[in-house]
Amino acid sequence: MPTILDVQNLRKAYADGFEALKGVNLQIEEGEILALLGPNGAGKTTLISTVCGITTATSGSVTVAGHDIFKDFRAARTLIGLVPQEINLEPFERVRSTVKFSRGLFGKAADPALIEKILRQLSLWDKRDNQIRELSGGMKRRVLIAKALAHEPRVLFLDEPTAGVDVELRRDMWEIVAELKRDGVTIILTTHYIEEAEAIADRIGIIAAGEILLVEDKEKLMKRMGKKELEVQLTTKIDEIPASLKSDALRLNHNGTALIYTYDTRSERTGITKLLSEVAAAGLVLSDVVTRQSSLEDIFVDLVHEGDAA
Amino acid sequence: MNWTAIKSIYVFEMARFFRTMAQSFISPVLSTSLYFVVFGAAIGSRIDQVEGVSYGAFIVPGLIMLSVITQSISNASFGIYFPKFIGTIFELLSAPVNFLEIVMGYVGAAATKALFIGVIILFTAFLFVDFEIQHPLAMVGFLVLTCISFALMGFIIGIWAGNFEQLQLVPLLIVTPLVFLGGSFYSISMLQPVWQVISHFNPVVYLISGFRWSFFGTADVPIGISLLAIAGFTGLCLAVIWWIFRTGWRIRE
Repeated sequence: MPTILDVQNLRKAYADGFEALKGVNLQIEEGEILALLGPNGAGKTTLISTVCGITTATSGSVTVAGHDIFKDFRAARTLIGLVPQEINLEPFERVRSTVKFSRGLFGKAADPALIEKILRQLSLWDKRDNQIRELSGGMKRRVLIAKALAHEPRVLFLDEPTAGVDVELRRDMWEIVAELKRDGVTIILTTHYIEEAEAIADRIGIIAAGEILLVEDKEKLMKRMGKKELEVQLTTKIDEIPASLKSDALRLNHNGTALIYTYDTRSERTGITKLLSEVAAAGLVLSDVVTRQSSLEDIFVDLVHEGDAA
Repeated sequence: MNWTAIKSIYVFEMARFFRTMAQSFISPVLSTSLYFVVFGAAIGSRIDQVEGVSYGAFIVPGLIMLSVITQSISNASFGIYFPKFIGTIFELLSAPVNFLEIVMGYVGAAATKALFIGVIILFTAFLFVDFEIQHPLAMVGFLVLTCISFALMGFIIGIWAGNFEQLQLVPLLIVTPLVFLGGSFYSISMLQPVWQVISHFNPVVYLISGFRWSFFGTADVPIGISLLAIAGFTGLCLAVIWWIFRTGWRIRE
């Protein structure tokens, strides 16, 4: 897949000296969904705002399908759609007219059939003549998406599309994102929710303190996540693992009261049965058995803390 | 040039105007009528002709200017401040439009609204006093230029303003006094010499003088200088707006 969005060494420093972006490099492939995870204040929104032209960059370059967002801003911005985090809509406008306005603003000729298709896709068609203030929060968010899609962008930024949205609406939103992907739209979304990234992203990027810490294929990350630990707690303390049990996957905990076995949940044989029978054969008495899964959240927290320490 | 975008902004802004049409028109018409009743009829009947024109007619150009200037500024400043206030400006900043296109859309709409109101006041004036317009083309020209230049100024105020109070501040503290002291209700030649000199530092004097010339053929300052002044003012506002968009001052911070 060709790269559609190329961010090179992007920096953003504010007048008070605060560096919101510290040389961000990010390549987005056409047609993928990238989830950008990061704590509050990590620079997610600043990154999106800079790429979309809402804030100025201090240095660095960004191209969209080869068009520089500064020198060739018309071509670049025509390809980008943005759904902001805040629900920024004029309360007295009507749904259809505000979506129509967005298309015109991006220089595209009026296309009522397309507007109808978008509104139907987002279940807004019945509300087309309603004023924005009459809509629920979830509907307003859909209006924002409709406005962002009105000029047929090839890259869509969704800045925390499900923040403060109930579970059902969140699933709807995921469905919408999946549909857009089927239509060939490249999607970059920011989120706090790790389960959201797991559910819909192709790749996951982690950003903290203005730096991209990792961008990885979701499947690969899931493999790391797929590792599980089995803790076999013993009634009596031991000094070392009995010779009959020794393997790379097994270690003793720090005070010798438990054996910790690492295994892959996806492999056909986890080796748990064998381990437990061997433990019994070695004459060890179990007091309890606990399993733990390393989650994306753990990876995320580890990375963010490494970032803090640096 | 992204003409579709200019048209979209213009149509969108005008739609807002037509939604609130009644209040847009009634208040300027009412206040102008009050001015005519008080200044034209009650006080004016005791004043002799000014520069060969009855006082009631003499104040017509000044009254139109007063409304047009106030309306241009408030329309344009509100027009750009509102999206900033509710956050919809993000869309404008992320759209493939340059500063000139944004200005043409917003300022064009604000100036059109002010022009509508100016024309309505002109017709209201015909109900109260008799007068003729000696140079109708120049009158229209002055009116249009005034609408545009003060809408540009309003646009700058709207970008500068950080809250609704500031939005009112410049019109109240600077523009209204300048317009009142700019010869809306009197001729500069009626003042003592020292005040005549001071008045020439007031840019509105040149506007009202030129506008009055288009009605009655008499002016406080030569017509050429009036034209230069308004052109200079328009140019200055455009330069400031160009700088605002180039640096992102108050909008891309």
